[in-house]
Amino acid sequence: MTKKFIADWTVREIIRKNDAFLLRLVLEDENQAFPETLPGQFVQVLVKNSASTYLRRPISIHFVEPEKREIHLLIQITGEGTRQIAKTATGDKLNLICPLGNSFSLPERNDKSPKFFLLIGGGVGAAPLLYLGHRLRKIGYVPDFLLGAYSKENFFDNRPFETVGNLFLTTEDGSAGSKGYVTNHPVLETKTYDFIYTCGPRPMMQAVAQYARKKNIPCEISLENTMACGIGACLCCVEKTVYKGNVCVCTEGPVFNINELLWLI
Amino acid sequence: MADLAVNIGTLNFKNPVLTASGTFGYGVEYSDFIDLSRLGGIFVKGTTLNAREGNDYPRMAETSSGMLNAVGLQNKGVQYFISNIYPEIKNIDTNIMVNVSGSTIEDYCVCAEQINELEKIPAIELNISCPNVKQGGMAFGTSAKAAAEVVAAVRRTYNKTLIVKLSPNVTDITEIARAVEAEGADAVSLINTLMGMAIDIERRRPVLSTVTGGLSGACIKPVALRMVWQTARAVKIPVIGMGGISSWQDAVEFILAGATAIEIGTANFIDPTVSMKVIDGIDEYLDRKNIDSVRKLIGSID
Ligand SMILES: Cc1cc2nc3c(=O)[nH]c(=O)nc-3n(C[C@H](O)[C@H](O)[C@H](O)COP(=O)(O)OP(=O)(O)OC[C@H]3O[C@@H](n4cnc5c(N)ncnc54)[C@H](O)[C@@H]3O)c2cc1C
Ligand SMILES: Cc1cc2nc3c(=O)[nH]c(=O)nc-3n(C[C@H](O)[C@H](O)[C@H](O)COP(=O)(O)O)c2cc1C
Ligand code: FES
Repeated sequence: MTKKFIADWTVREIIRKNDAFLLRLVLEDENQAFPETLPGQFVQVLVKNSASTYLRRPISIHFVEPEKREIHLLIQITGEGTRQIAKTATGDKLNLICPLGNSFSLPERNDKSPKFFLLIGGGVGAAPLLYLGHRLRKIGYVPDFLLGAYSKENFFDNRPFETVGNLFLTTEDGSAGSKGYVTNHPVLETKTYDFIYTCGPRPMMQAVAQYARKKNIPCEISLENTMACGIGACLCCVEKTVYKGNVCVCTEGPVFNINELLWLI
Repeated sequence: MADLAVNIGTLNFKNPVLTASGTFGYGVEYSDFIDLSRLGGIFVKGTTLNAREGNDYPRMAETSSGMLNAVGLQNKGVQYFISNIYPEIKNIDTNIMVNVSGSTIEDYCVCAEQINELEKIPAIELNISCPNVKQGGMAFGTSAKAAAEVVAAVRRTYNKTLIVKLSPNVTDITEIARAVEAEGADAVSLINTLMGMAIDIERRRPVLSTVTGGLSGACIKPVALRMVWQTARAVKIPVIGMGGISSWQDAVEFILAGATAIEIGTANFIDPTVSMKVIDGIDEYLDRKNIDSVRKLIGSID
């Protein structure tokens, strides 16, 4: 496993849209080897200048460009901590601990038997799915993304997803893609998938898991339990599992097979 | 380079910087970030006789400059520790000490007795101050009589260095400290977390599954420092101070207040390398003040 490390990253670019923003961070310190990162892993961001934000904030790795020594984060402003992070400007430093957590499971390199992967994201839950899709593409599979949002404006930027795979959208108000929730999208009935990955609000993941269970499709989900340390030291982030009792989402997750979790059964 | 070594009873520490139970796992969780052998010591996760699942999620609520936790002593029990964890950590070149919890005197004793057999564990920290378990724990730490009873009983079965961890959730912490000193404790460590609470106003319900939890982190430092100062003046045995220590300056304050050694807890979550910075900072401070040993700093305020 790659060594976890703590380092300052420099903001190369910050792109804002509504209450979300994308950070392109570069690891400038040449003495620090660029980490090997797996899809589904996350970083712990140190928040400065906020009395009410004491702990780091866990954020998924949205995309990685090792040649440029860049990690990208896609963040939704939900409170004081993320609001402070959103204030960073190009050239500022952000202190990260990374890479943390396990990974979505990647299949073996494409052995010519076609396989279909569906990556379902709700809101900013789409964040880790871009890098996952990219890694699937690299081993020879073209993934399908199914992204849901309340309205058209709530999608951050769909172009990167379109570059990596096929993109399907749903919106609750019908302003883009098909109207309704992700689990109402027609592609779920017209296409047969071999594997589903999902990340987003719990009710959405629960609905996706039910669909996967009904269709007998293996399914992995990524949880967002609140965390203190992010490295398995405090036991604050636990989730109940079927065989192992309480486990830490930060080390044994954030990605779980739906069959491992008690809440889906 | 000043002399950083300190003693607690017959036990020698290479420096006074230790890590607090429940915030440092079994040490190995931090091995990617720091050289564990540079630490004065490590208190591993609270260990009980039988395995405990701990409390339900949510177990954590952030507060201004601190956090509430209600982990509830999740651990796999002392036998699991002995067969699966101890072999992995026993060769780390520092004092590895076990934080022992229980809900009956019998539990504490049996657990302590089993750890007594482990060659590389030179001390236990008797946790009579956990606010997060219904049965016992803090009940022993909030009455001088109950604290004395459990310490007396453990003292009979445990013959290495016995540190007793005190609860701040009492009217007079020095009374408890004196009671456990009288029963043969080699040192006291304080403070454990302060009982607190948080409410989610949107959902109109407590944030923690257990309603109340233990407050830790920078916000508790002034309270902890005051209690360490009071206790150090009330007992003759060494005092190990903790509560919100996040920098070498904080650590020096505790030592000046009378602590022989200090523990770092919640601050490890924010900066996993903080303990190294504290060791280096104390060292530089002593050099700058021309003090050749940290032992001369203990309790040295006017
Ligand atoms: C492994 C992991 C990966 C994540 N990846 C991303 C990501 O890529 N992009 C992103 O925008 N966010 C992500 N999150 C969520 C993100 O960490 C939180 O939104 C952030 O910590 C909120 O901090 P804040 O100070 O802005 O809000 P706070 O003031 O802490 O909280 C604002 C509100 O949100 C609620 N809340 C905060 N955190 C959580 C949570 N984890 N679960 C449920 N409710 C919560 C609080 O109860 C409160 O009501 C991830 C979380 C985890 C655990
Ligand atoms: C998540 C968490 C778990 C803890 N678990 C234990 C424990 O098992 N046993 C114990 O004696 N103290 C436990 N503590 C208390 C700490 O060891 C320490 O006494 C307290 O947090 C105050 O120090 P700090 O402010 O530096 O964290 C825990 C604290 C936290 C935050
Ligand atoms: S956040 Fe500390 S153990 Fe997971």
